Amino acid sequence: MFKLEKTDLSLLVIVAVLTMFAPFILNPFPADSAMAQFNAGYPDLMQRFVIFGVFAIGFNILFGLTGYLSFGHAAFLGVGSYAAVWMFKLLSMNVVPAIILSVIVAGLFSLVIGFVSLRRSGIYFSILTLAFAQMMFALAYSVLTPITGGETGLQLALDDPRILGVSQTAGGNIPVPSIFGLEMRSSAELALGAWSFTFNVGYYFCALIMLVSFYVAIRIFRSPFGMMLRAVKSNQQRMNYTGLNSKPYTLAAFVISGMYAGLAGGLMASMDPLAGAERMQWTASGEVVLMTILGGVGTLIGPVLGAGFIKYFENIFSKINSTILHEWFAFLPDGLEDLLVNVLYPFIGKGWHLTLGILFMLVVIYLPGGLVEGGQRVNGWFRNRGAKKSTTKTTPAE
Amino acid sequence: MSKTDVTRRGMLKTGAVAGAGLAVPTIFTAQSAHAFTNEPTGGTVTLGFNVPQTGPYADEGADELRAYQLAVEHLNGGGDGGMMPTFSSKELQGNGILGKKVEYVTGDTQTKSDAARASAKSMIEKDGAIMITGGSSSGVAVAVQALCQEAGVIFMAGLTHSNDTTGKDKRANGFRHFFNSYMSGAALAPVLANAYGTDRKAYHLTADYNWGYTTEEAVKSSTEAMGWETVAAVKTPLTQTDFSSYIAPVLQSGADTLVLNHYGGNMVNSLTNAVQFGLRDKQVNGKDFQIIVPLYSRLMAKGAGANVKGIFGSTNWHWSLQDEGSKAFVRSFGTKYGFPPSQAAHTCYVQTLLYADAVQRAGSFAPCAVAEALEGFEFDGLGNGKTLYRADDHQCFKDVLVVKGKENPTSEFDLLEIVEVTPADQVTYAPDHPQFSGGALGTCNNGA
Repeated sequence: MFKLEKTDLSLLVIVAVLTMFAPFILNPFPADSAMAQFNAGYPDLMQRFVIFGVFAIGFNILFGLTGYLSFGHAAFLGVGSYAAVWMFKLLSMNVVPAIILSVIVAGLFSLVIGFVSLRRSGIYFSILTLAFAQMMFALAYSVLTPITGGETGLQLALDDPRILGVSQTAGGNIPVPSIFGLEMRSSAELALGAWSFTFNVGYYFCALIMLVSFYVAIRIFRSPFGMMLRAVKSNQQRMNYTGLNSKPYTLAAFVISGMYAGLAGGLMASMDPLAGAERMQWTASGEVVLMTILGGVGTLIGPVLGAGFIKYFENIFSKINSTILHEWFAFLPDGLEDLLVNVLYPFIGKGWHLTLGILFMLVVIYLPGGLVEGGQRVNGWFRNRGAKKSTTKTTPAE
Repeated sequence: MSKTDVTRRGMLKTGAVAGAGLAVPTIFTAQSAHAFTNEPTGGTVTLGFNVPQTGPYADEGADELRAYQLAVEHLNGGGDGGMMPTFSSKELQGNGILGKKVEYVTGDTQTKSDAARASAKSMIEKDGAIMITGGSSSGVAVAVQALCQEAGVIFMAGLTHSNDTTGKDKRANGFRHFFNSYMSGAALAPVLANAYGTDRKAYHLTADYNWGYTTEEAVKSSTEAMGWETVAAVKTPLTQTDFSSYIAPVLQSGADTLVLNHYGGNMVNSLTNAVQFGLRDKQVNGKDFQIIVPLYSRLMAKGAGANVKGIFGSTNWHWSLQDEGSKAFVRSFGTKYGFPPSQAAHTCYVQTLLYADAVQRAGSFAPCAVAEALEGFEFDGLGNGKTLYRADDHQCFKDVLVVKGKENPTSEFDLLEIVEVTPADQVTYAPDHPQFSGGALGTCNNGA
């Protein structure tokens, strides 16, 4: 089916099932329980999971296959968002033209930047992409304020033309993004006893697009083109000596991953019609590198896992404040409670970066293959319990 | 892979799934069942405090959070009640809001629009917050305000000074208590004219983002109106930490006054550089060289240390004010945390009380009802004298403080002295003033 091998197909099916049932999987705790803090099944975060999944899948096509480490991919995400918001301002609130334009614009930008940056490889390539991205961030943040909205970000206004739609709704508000009339933000709730689950149109739209992107990524990974990209990673010099020009391949990979980033940017703007310059900052570019490495470079599912992991930390852990901690440990004697809270507090709440950093270090040191390797080891351990021979192995793209 | 086996078990499974699928619509509750977004149904109501906990304004964010916690304590009847007894409206009883106990959730804006919106969205979608408040930068305030408008909850802005928040980016669901760039300019100009004369040549250094632009414009137009001349206005990148290269050309320009449209760490660094260059000991055009900082805060003054001595600026509120409201607030904040509150803390505390009071008066949490109660609301006793929440743009009009760095500070908090309290009339402008043009409130949104 879908011209996929059996293992890839089962992976695709697993991802499809996971994304379709995410509202259940991410809300394991009853809504009123103390553990509800850890529920992640609300629309905004679920959308972020899959959108950053798209971003990381695209990034992995470049980094995982060719080994070219781009430190400026957030720039394409930002460009895609700006393009989408401009479509909302000028054309209509339908997300389809917005997303198409964001992919095209990001593709054009990545073509130009890739053409220049790919003249170098290794660290020089990384620095070049970083420089381009910072340049674009600076432009968006201040110089191009009329186009990008500067620090405040590009927003919709009541007097935007929207030639194919309406400038404002009958109630005098700005219309919301929709797909042929179906609003992205509309949700349905399902209450089963103490549990409640939210099904959001925007999330399922993003999830479908992510599945398509995931499928395309699998096809690229298994194609002769993908093989050529792996050859670039393993030994580009030898490839060049055989008389093969690798540049068109790397440039194509760069543009494809730039378009993935643009798609993610367009989706972000479709879920939340605002494009801010911070999206293009180098920290945002670094984040996608972290996602990919954390999940497993060169593996298919790794980047998606990494994206989910980081976004979960950013949105769930950062919201635990000291009051909540005190509630958790209220059963302990006062002195012990305060001590425990004081010890834990630096690592959660506003200190979530610290915890993430520690986890990242642990993963890089003990699981160089990322979360995927961790999963394989656990799997292997279960299968070989009792047996001496270990068959754990990773399948990075090399 | 196209083999299709039809088994009894498979048929049963399919049938069960299909049945469940058909049954789904009957057990779903569409969100439109509620009258408005996050209508509180139980005995509690949740407020969302969205403040910068990391990044350049983390200090302000921490102080805002303290103020919010204090406000919640007072609303629920704890502590000494703070400003509730001095507040001119006596609706709040100390039994929560409309009898519902006030709970809160916190989030980190990181001073980034995206992160702030993500955090606000999770408060609205996951925690059921009925009102979002906080923030320490105009970019974030504007972004979150637009989000709240879309989602149909009330936004009570924290520290945001840019004209745009209640100017071109104003929204019907958003309210600002803090003052703005225009008010700073209008309040400062007469004081500056008195202190430094009316024939000065000013040189502006402006942080290169929206707040910088509106502040530069406001100060420029008010000082030019009284006879000053603007020699040059130079934009500095927000990430700049060393301003030496920007300070050097100031002296060659023939200017005798330097206006630093900088905030936070930017201001601390640029002021320190300017003082180190000896600008303040120079004589230009036969006059002493002067430096002006349009927006002051105590936390900035602390960062710049002795360099702020004698430098004029404006501020929304200061803990040394002697009215009953301010004294009550400083007392209860000081008792709880051991030091006086900053202006960011004050505005956040007041916003929370104002929201609670508006709900109480409206008798409903519905955003449109609350907005109507806030629009045109006149109150007193919250530290800034008589104040009006103007209906046209949801901006508060109140007295503005012109302050000066204190020559002989008595403690690490006593860094600013109040030079003049500019009455509200002097800083009031027409809703269609050019600095605020281009934008519309729209209509309030109840969401859901």
